[in-house]
Amino acid sequence: MYNFTFHRPTTVRQAAGLLARNPDGKLLAGGHSLLPVMKQRLAQPSALVDLSLVEGMTGVELKGRSVVIGAMTRHADVANSQVLKDAMPGLAAVPGSIGDPQVRNRGTIGGSIANNDPNADYPAACLGLGATIITNKRRIAADDFFTGMFSTALEDGEIITKISFPIAKKCAYEKFKHPASGFALVGVFVSKRGPDIRVAVTGAGSNGVFRVKSFEEALKKRFAAKSIEGMTIPANGMNSDIHASPEYRAHLVAVLARRALAKANA
Amino acid sequence: MTATTSATGIGAPVRRKEDFRFITGQGQYTDDVTRPGETKAVFVRSPHAHANIKSIDVSAARKMPGVVDVLTGAQLATDKIGNLICGWMIHSKDGSPMKMSAHPALASTKVNCVGDAVAVVIAETIAQGKDAAEKVVVDYEVLTAVVDPAKAQAKGAPQIHPDIVNNTIYQWHLGEKKDVDAAFAAAKHVTKLDIVNNRLVPNAMEPRAALADYDVGTENLTLWNTSQNPHVARLVISAFIGMAPEHKLRVIAPDVGGGFGSKIFIYPEEVVCLWASRKVKRPVKWTSDRSEAFLTDAHGRDHVTHAELALDANGKILALRAKTIANLGAYMSTFSSSVPTYLYATLLSGQYNIPSIYCEVDAVYTNTAPVDAYRGAGRPEATFVVERLVEVAARQMAIDPADLRRRNFITAFPHQTPVIMAYDAGDYNASLKKAMDLADVKGFAKRKREAARHGKLRGLGYSTYIEACGIAPSQAVGSLGAGVGLWESAEVRVNPTGSVEVLTGSHAHGQGHETTFAQLVSERLGIPFENVSIVHGDTDKVQFGMGTYGSRSGAVGMSAIVKALDKIEIKAKKVAAFMLEAAEGDIEFKDGKFTVAGTDKSAGFGDVALNAYIAHKFTGAELEPGLKETSFYDPTNFTFPAGCHICELDVDIETGKVDIVNWTAVDDFGTIINPMIVEGQVHGGIAQGVGQALMEGAYYDAAGQLVTGSMMDYTMPRAHDLPSFHVGLTMTKSPSNPLGMKGCGEAGAIAAPAAVINAITDAIGTENIAMPATANAVWAALQKSQAPKAA
Repeated sequence: MYNFTFHRPTTVRQAAGLLARNPDGKLLAGGHSLLPVMKQRLAQPSALVDLSLVEGMTGVELKGRSVVIGAMTRHADVANSQVLKDAMPGLAAVPGSIGDPQVRNRGTIGGSIANNDPNADYPAACLGLGATIITNKRRIAADDFFTGMFSTALEDGEIITKISFPIAKKCAYEKFKHPASGFALVGVFVSKRGPDIRVAVTGAGSNGVFRVKSFEEALKKRFAAKSIEGMTIPANGMNSDIHASPEYRAHLVAVLARRALAKANA
Repeated sequence: MTATTSATGIGAPVRRKEDFRFITGQGQYTDDVTRPGETKAVFVRSPHAHANIKSIDVSAARKMPGVVDVLTGAQLATDKIGNLICGWMIHSKDGSPMKMSAHPALASTKVNCVGDAVAVVIAETIAQGKDAAEKVVVDYEVLTAVVDPAKAQAKGAPQIHPDIVNNTIYQWHLGEKKDVDAAFAAAKHVTKLDIVNNRLVPNAMEPRAALADYDVGTENLTLWNTSQNPHVARLVISAFIGMAPEHKLRVIAPDVGGGFGSKIFIYPEEVVCLWASRKVKRPVKWTSDRSEAFLTDAHGRDHVTHAELALDANGKILALRAKTIANLGAYMSTFSSSVPTYLYATLLSGQYNIPSIYCEVDAVYTNTAPVDAYRGAGRPEATFVVERLVEVAARQMAIDPADLRRRNFITAFPHQTPVIMAYDAGDYNASLKKAMDLADVKGFAKRKREAARHGKLRGLGYSTYIEACGIAPSQAVGSLGAGVGLWESAEVRVNPTGSVEVLTGSHAHGQGHETTFAQLVSERLGIPFENVSIVHGDTDKVQFGMGTYGSRSGAVGMSAIVKALDKIEIKAKKVAAFMLEAAEGDIEFKDGKFTVAGTDKSAGFGDVALNAYIAHKFTGAELEPGLKETSFYDPTNFTFPAGCHICELDVDIETGKVDIVNWTAVDDFGTIINPMIVEGQVHGGIAQGVGQALMEGAYYDAAGQLVTGSMMDYTMPRAHDLPSFHVGLTMTKSPSNPLGMKGCGEAGAIAAPAAVINAITDAIGTENIAMPATANAVWAALQKSQAPKAA
């Protein structure tokens, strides 16, 4: 790890100011993606702006027809939130599938979304529910937020403060774990909220999380596994590595979508 | 047995003495040892798999804060530090000796794998060392790399070492080709298989480490090192590398957190730390990080094999032949040459009566990390070849796989195989039968139907394995090319108060010797288990010993203790005779008590020990004072643990994911000292074997970069990947050592891969599938096997 200066602001405003003064600085949320690459000397931020003391950035709240989660809420706290388990158990299951207890007790929802790892779980939930990402500057629809592998619509100095998830009557996440890392080799989040039907896929696409419009179309008739029986998506554009071929990933998208639908309807 | 020892003697499931300190963080590992004035070594490693070094400029690095020195291979050569060596000579079939390349501890003209060290920074802190290491400028001329053993010998393949053509180390063979070819020509049925035994990264929990301390006053060098065999390390570092005379070099292997073979070997890093400590006149410590471990620990396996089995119409095996290319990596590691030869081809008879066997092995260099012994070392590769061939042959001939095995089992002992080994004892039918009962093979068809209703393909696979352990009779291994003898030593020191220290040449790095060895002493001397200490791992304390690998600590290491205890008993009886004023021949020793036969006159073990040291009852002319005996035990044969593992698993038809639902292991390890520790060894071995079969695989890309360089890409088995194991035992005692022990440390890793692959292929109806059988690979195989049905 290279040397860096360490800041611990207590307000979002202070944090934004520190970022502005440290162009090579990085926000530190849970640190579970950032710190390992820093330890390996693959990242060299001049400053870390630690958000852990910033007030008002944690917690899971019911607000109207949405669940609003503070960006610094740990995965374990989201997974164990009774409010969320009652309102939308399909979303509560997502952080419960992340990493191991150590990761879940440090990692945060905001950190995960801002990092937009192409194999991360939360991006699928955000896109699969049509969440709104709330920053210190604006509100961004999930459909506009995830712009590619490790890339988002966030601008310099922009800090995610909350994520608002509209409550879907039916939703579920199905994940096929990467055998080594425990990330999603493929993960599929499905939801139905009135006429809004979403199928979002993480892990598979070479450009990060994406929606499967053909499945969504087919599910408009009936939100059930049977509606997409026999449907496939092209292997073109899928990731390829030693763990899974593009064909296998494409195949898993369909399998997991069907399983997620069965779970959502259970 | 007395009341004091029954709960702690041979056969008792005594809790491990050493675990309290391990699980409470009180262990003393090499990195826990600190010396005043200690510096840290940070290695500058090649990012290229194959490159000429045009120049190395350390001037900027030297000026960095906290830097004590920056050393390179050129200085190593100037100081006449010798190359690392491989200590087992293999001759090719044409009689020529194996071609061992130079292996300097720091490369100075050419690098041959990613991670090859080219310089070392000695700094006050690791961070300063890393900063300075980045300032070392190495000008590389990058060369084409070869990583695939099957391509290393091809015309036009890059030549890795200047004087070694076709990258071929040796072309060895074993057996009578003529007989085998004749048997194949006459065979009713021939089964052929192409097998890749995947490369594995050992991943011991404690990474390798070395701390070297040069004492300017005495010119003594001390090395704390993660070693499975500190005396062998001292011998090699002294005699071959020329670091210091043997008596001026002390090697201490304190608590060591797992080895699996990877800590047998002498590595560049400890050599460099010793040399650097002498140069900078301060202690020098290096502790591998996990990334370095992936790149530089000796890997395991990596065989490419074509194998064939000839059978008659009744499924009787007539002959076996195999051609293997073994990847030894960029350099020959310490015992690398023996693994794909005498530890592999000699086990190709399995548990079967096979009249003739012929095996050819080409060992090759590639631009990858060196490959050497890893849990099982050659025997897992052999078992995989034999057990896959037998299973496939049975299916092809429509014979029940268990039945085909039974038809070919060796049932009379001793049995001389056509590949050197003489099996001394075993009952293969007994372990097969017991395993089939425990696994409820009879109920399998019903379970398979039930699984099918849930979208699962259920499969069952056998592995009736054998291994050669208790390595090994010195004369025998000497005749096969070993540079050392493979006996073991023990010294039993009885203190005046009757407590005992055992100094053993064996080394524990997870095996629980402090417990099992104490159980033996407790039972033999009739003294409390708590009164026995086991001392190991320090060349200044312990007499020369050969260390721990090849499941040898019980069969060989404990046999040495038995011999020393025999001598203790003889001497103690002499002392007791003087004390009890009786003839030596009338003294009986039982349950910790010396008794004059036919009388009630007796003396306790502690009294005798005290009298041996106060020496009031005898003169020096009659008897030497003291009670301390040493022995060196050389085994008369290998031991042959064997057994039957049965794997039952489900394949998810939609995803190809494999779930092991039932695992049965019935092993014959001969006499067992501590069944709990043995069961733990079996569990760990199976986990590693399942890891190889389903998850683990070290992959290099075409440029020689290690793609699986971290836990994020290299899949280690986890607890949730495994079921609860059904473990059973059968027993035939080994006639080759006094306790009848055989060894248990490697069995699981040897047996498991074939059981898993036999079960998967049974489930999905294919002949073969490569390891690791990942979900993707199984799914792809399913697409092929089910394609005609789908169409």
